Amino acid sequence: MVKVKMKLTPEETDILHGSQGETLRKTMETLVRYGEAYNAECLIPLDGPIHMVCSFGMPTLRPLYKIMEQYVAEGIKTKLPFTADPRPMDYENVEVSEKEKQIFHQIYADQDQYEDILKKIGLKNNNAFSCACYFDEVGNVPKRGDVLAWAESSAVVYANSVIGARTNRTSGVMELFSGIIGKTPKFGFLTDEGRKADWIIEVRTAKIPRPQVLGSAIGMKVLEQVPYIKGLDKFLGTTLTSEAKDYLKDMGAATASNGAVGLYHVENLTPEAKDYGEELIRPGAKTYVIDDAELERVVNSYPIMWKKIDEPPQLAFIGCPHCSFVQLCEWTETLVKALREEGKEKVAIPTLISSAPDVCEKFEKTEYYPRLMATGAHLTYICPLMYMSNPLCSAKRVITNSNKLRTYSVSRYVDDADLVRAVVRGGLQ
Amino acid sequence: MKEFHGRAVIPGELKGSALVSHTGFNVLASFWKSLTEGQNPSICVDQNNSEFFGKQLTGEILCIPQVVGSTTAGMIIQSVAALGTEPKAMLFSHTAESLAISGVLLADIWENKKIITVDGLGDQFLEAVSNGDKVEICLDGTVRVGI
Repeated sequence: MVKVKMKLTPEETDILHGSQGETLRKTMETLVRYGEAYNAECLIPLDGPIHMVCSFGMPTLRPLYKIMEQYVAEGIKTKLPFTADPRPMDYENVEVSEKEKQIFHQIYADQDQYEDILKKIGLKNNNAFSCACYFDEVGNVPKRGDVLAWAESSAVVYANSVIGARTNRTSGVMELFSGIIGKTPKFGFLTDEGRKADWIIEVRTAKIPRPQVLGSAIGMKVLEQVPYIKGLDKFLGTTLTSEAKDYLKDMGAATASNGAVGLYHVENLTPEAKDYGEELIRPGAKTYVIDDAELERVVNSYPIMWKKIDEPPQLAFIGCPHCSFVQLCEWTETLVKALREEGKEKVAIPTLISSAPDVCEKFEKTEYYPRLMATGAHLTYICPLMYMSNPLCSAKRVITNSNKLRTYSVSRYVDDADLVRAVVRGGLQ
Repeated sequence: MKEFHGRAVIPGELKGSALVSHTGFNVLASFWKSLTEGQNPSICVDQNNSEFFGKQLTGEILCIPQVVGSTTAGMIIQSVAALGTEPKAMLFSHTAESLAISGVLLADIWENKKIITVDGLGDQFLEAVSNGDKVEICLDGTVRVGI
């Protein structure tokens, strides 16, 4: 272990010197060297549970499972019950062929064992699998100012920006280490200075931009830096309504996946921007103007990865990140209306709508659920990206309104209106 | 020959050819086939990175501005290191994002694999280096291009 500059407590120093065994020593060494790389002054206690990005049992990730098995063997658990990203498979609600199933079993061969390990080291419950752990129904809901160690880029950017909690874009495994020790290095978004904006984004569009495209444009431009977004309150208002939160959820996921944004401020809307305004902008911040032409340029830059680009789509994915309860109700109304207008009863292509297990359970008790089921769409809790990891599934022509899914797969981005038209008519024309 | 000075996050000495991307390096999207199919050597499958797409990443000296994308990045770097398909070095023009730092630390501490990592080399580094250029990395974070 190299000489430590960070101020450690006697207990932390003892762990670092191996007083609680080799596994915790290496855990502490990793956290300390991680903090040292960013000149963290100390380790700071977590105020809430971690959220883990790894929810899938892939044999190639056995190095991670090996570490977790060591924790289990030594009786080590996270300080608080935690949540994790969505499960990769849902055979009950997502139809797959026998061949596709076989491949899923190969890719996620360790799924059952992995979930068993997660439970043993502190997973909250059997429903705790969602990228949107901050939904009230899921229950990993931080308060403003809470110090966290979350992974899952879309959850991190939501927690920081919309809630005003404080978490770095913690990597998979590193978030687990913080949950085990109960502390995380204090740097970056955990400090006031680290939350200041490097960019001013001026939104000058004629109408409200599509959140997934606006987020994509911002992410590609600012990469990991913090944007202060002006002009969006004109469309979203100055109150964080459920509609505004859903918009920011989807926009944020695109900023984080198309770039590496972990925090944004929206003038007159997000908590810190409301309190501090332009004081959050660093001197010398750069400006990026986004108008309709710029958004068009961004959309046109997306490559279409389908082998036969003129052929109709074979599957549609909605819900990456997971849909909120309100969004599930809205999609129900949208699909029902679009089918009625076309004189049809069922969607023309398989349409998968994904949400958190707890949100799905709540939705299933409402009058919306039978109406959605009547359209032929499927409600599921899987991670669309994990579904697309199956080469037989990714060989299909998949459309999605998610810029995150587009980025990590060969699916094709379409906006909501085009997606609805496609699932109702069976083609993009 | 041009010389640049950065911070040696994982120090090491190495000479080799540069593989350059001027856009952010998306670890998950790039190593997707290694992750899901155990592809070895790792070939970049990130459709958004035209400079890396289709190129071998294993054993290369990656010259990049920054790591972008999913927070799985750290554990993926650890896993490709455990598989033996990791790049030899990562040279960043910006300060390396926490995901990249996590990954190279996990590889070092838990897999005993050193992916030489130097960050903060400056924008001029990426302007000066091209694919195939001979690069020398020194222990103190000095990087020479066109040796």
